[in-house]
Amino acid sequence: MTAATAPAVAGDKKPAAPEIEKSAGERGERRFARGIVLPAFIVAIVVTQIPFVVTIYYSFQNWNLARPGARSFAGFDNYVAVFTGGAFLPALLNTVVIVGSAVIVSLALGLLFAVLLDRQFRGRAVARTLLITPFLVMPAASALIWKWSMLDANVGMVNWALGLLQIPPVAWNTDHPGMTIMFVLTWQYTPFMMLILLAGLQSQSGEVIEAAQVDGAGPLRIFRTMTLPHLRTYAELATLLGTVLMVQVFDPVNIMTKGAGNSKTLPYLLYERAFIGQQVGEAAAYGVVTVIVTIIFTTLALRTLFKVFTEEGGGGR
Amino acid sequence: MTKRTAPAVVAGALTLSLAVSGCAGFGNLGNEPGVTTVTLASVNNPQMQDLAQLLPEFNAEHPDIKINLIMMEENDLRNATTKDVATRGGQYDVMTVGAYEVPIWGRNGWLADLTDLAAEDSEYEVDDFFDPVIEGVSYQDRMYAAPFYGESSFLMYRKDLFEQAGLEMPERPTWQQVADLAAKMKDPEQDRAGICLRGKPGWGEMFAPLTTVVNTFGGQWYDMEWNAQVNQPGFTDAVEFYVETLQESGERDPASFGFTECLNLFQQGRAAMWYDATSAAGTLEAEGSPVAGKVDYVAAPVNKTEESGWLWTWNLGINAESQKKEAAWEFVSWATSKDYQELVGEEYGWTRVPPGTRQSLYERPEYREASAAFADITAETMSRVNPTQPGVAPQPWTGIQFVGIPEFQDVGNQTSQEIADSLAGRQTVAEALEKGQRIAQIAGDIQKREAGK
Repeated sequence: MTAATAPAVAGDKKPAAPEIEKSAGERGERRFARGIVLPAFIVAIVVTQIPFVVTIYYSFQNWNLARPGARSFAGFDNYVAVFTGGAFLPALLNTVVIVGSAVIVSLALGLLFAVLLDRQFRGRAVARTLLITPFLVMPAASALIWKWSMLDANVGMVNWALGLLQIPPVAWNTDHPGMTIMFVLTWQYTPFMMLILLAGLQSQSGEVIEAAQVDGAGPLRIFRTMTLPHLRTYAELATLLGTVLMVQVFDPVNIMTKGAGNSKTLPYLLYERAFIGQQVGEAAAYGVVTVIVTIIFTTLALRTLFKVFTEEGGGGR
Repeated sequence: MTKRTAPAVVAGALTLSLAVSGCAGFGNLGNEPGVTTVTLASVNNPQMQDLAQLLPEFNAEHPDIKINLIMMEENDLRNATTKDVATRGGQYDVMTVGAYEVPIWGRNGWLADLTDLAAEDSEYEVDDFFDPVIEGVSYQDRMYAAPFYGESSFLMYRKDLFEQAGLEMPERPTWQQVADLAAKMKDPEQDRAGICLRGKPGWGEMFAPLTTVVNTFGGQWYDMEWNAQVNQPGFTDAVEFYVETLQESGERDPASFGFTECLNLFQQGRAAMWYDATSAAGTLEAEGSPVAGKVDYVAAPVNKTEESGWLWTWNLGINAESQKKEAAWEFVSWATSKDYQELVGEEYGWTRVPPGTRQSLYERPEYREASAAFADITAETMSRVNPTQPGVAPQPWTGIQFVGIPEFQDVGNQTSQEIADSLAGRQTVAEALEKGQRIAQIAGDIQKREAGK
């Protein structure tokens, strides 16, 4: 709350200056500011919106890269192919399941590690660096680590550990392709969740906790009734950013499962249509539909999220 | 176009400034006068990496040609070069083109016709190439690329383990015999599979060996009228056999096993047999390999055909849009010549010579000595395979383990993903192939339309 009140105090001081003069100057300043921002804004539009318009144009073309002679206007054929091809909805569902479970698990693990790291102990800096490492490893490299060192059916560490428990080796990529992708994502993004939650934990006022202790609250009670509500906004931010990052998952699918079974996510499906199918038109249609679905999803998600944010802010005041 | 002119302008300015200042020290910065730069887009396999190392030798012979080499991973290469030739960009003068693309690209007029150039050059000896290899890079009897590297497939097995078990491998085994042997040779206690077969989805992974099995079981992807045959008995029998053999005596996690993974497994002694590319033998027999000297090689197992090895080649093709075709041919003919093979043999050792293209290589005593275990069987397979009709029934394309239409990558990829589901027991083979049939028929209909034009 102290952070929230600080800018308010600074703002209170401003109106003390003569008001009309200030607003005239401000207007000029704003015009100037707009002038400065405009080029960047135009570039942003050119870079993001024109390719999208071109993609929409492509999506109405019947265009296979390897058959240049057969390029023609396709009408809505590509869109029909997207929905009747039977690949889009399963891929959407796979993405939701894989990313959803990875977000939840990595958030839980991230919280655990954040709480552990939020105390003084010898070698804390080293432990923090080690815990962050998976997030710094390139996605392709981490997929290879998981493929060969962790999940390999003969020499992988996971099956070795299962062997100690007398569980026969599991053919991860063959029998549970979706889960292997989820493992890699969780491993990769737990540090990310941990960092954000750790920032939240460290912003918690020590005095308040101390006061609660003096009032006789045990550590569990403090965690449940004070720390967790305090972490809520941080967890929401971590969920939002984590989802945005994880939805793009490609490397582990390409390296470990090649899209078999329920591991074919939307980005991989798009890649397949464009670069293995070489169907530029169909791939563009998939892209357009994906953008629309994403817009719908994010609008809903952001609206709920912002509602949560304002509720939280209102409750605080 | 602006992209291409910008460096030229810069280079021009540099040359001018050099001429004015009279300083010759930075000669390599721009295009030197009288020197043609040929851009080569290449796959990054070991044989091409050796070629990159040997480029100075080419330069010594041809000081007026500079090779600008760009190496890429196979899929990246395929994407980059397809985009370039399909849009007529002319960015690459010479490209390594796989056996799958050469006939398609030749038909589209994307590659320069090399037939006359090769025939005119008496030292080049185009007749020295294996016939199937030349057939594989031809469209309507015109040759569109020069073979650099070739491979077929055969069965590799651990003769020491077979001896221990008291089993014998027939000289020309049938698939049924192989499956029986695999069941006897598997040893879960020792963590050893009976046979390693590729199960990783992808037209170039699972479907390379699997299509050869389909061919010899009497199946095929398409009939002469481009009707998909994927749910027909021959195809179904083959896939059912493949999936059953894998489940019964194959490696543990088949969907993650492609060429590299099987090579690893077999080299670690965790598989008694392996059906894959003839090129694997070089690695297995190399110095330091744990199984060197313990492996024997027999022809690809068959069922209804006489021969069932595949045929894959990496070839050097010249972009039809290239402005430097003469210089490009100088390079292509050098890299695919007998002299180049000799150069590699002397510089790096005979096992590193790009194999499988020239018959004369298999007559060289040095090469025969270095690859005694597999030279004869490779040469025999390379000359016996038939890329125009590998199966029981005739087919309307050239190629053994692939279908020569642009859509095949996609068809093979999607169908192999369905079969991966069957490997895990998530659906039956019949269900997987029913979906494969639909996917294949869409491509077949396009081909019917396009072939008619």
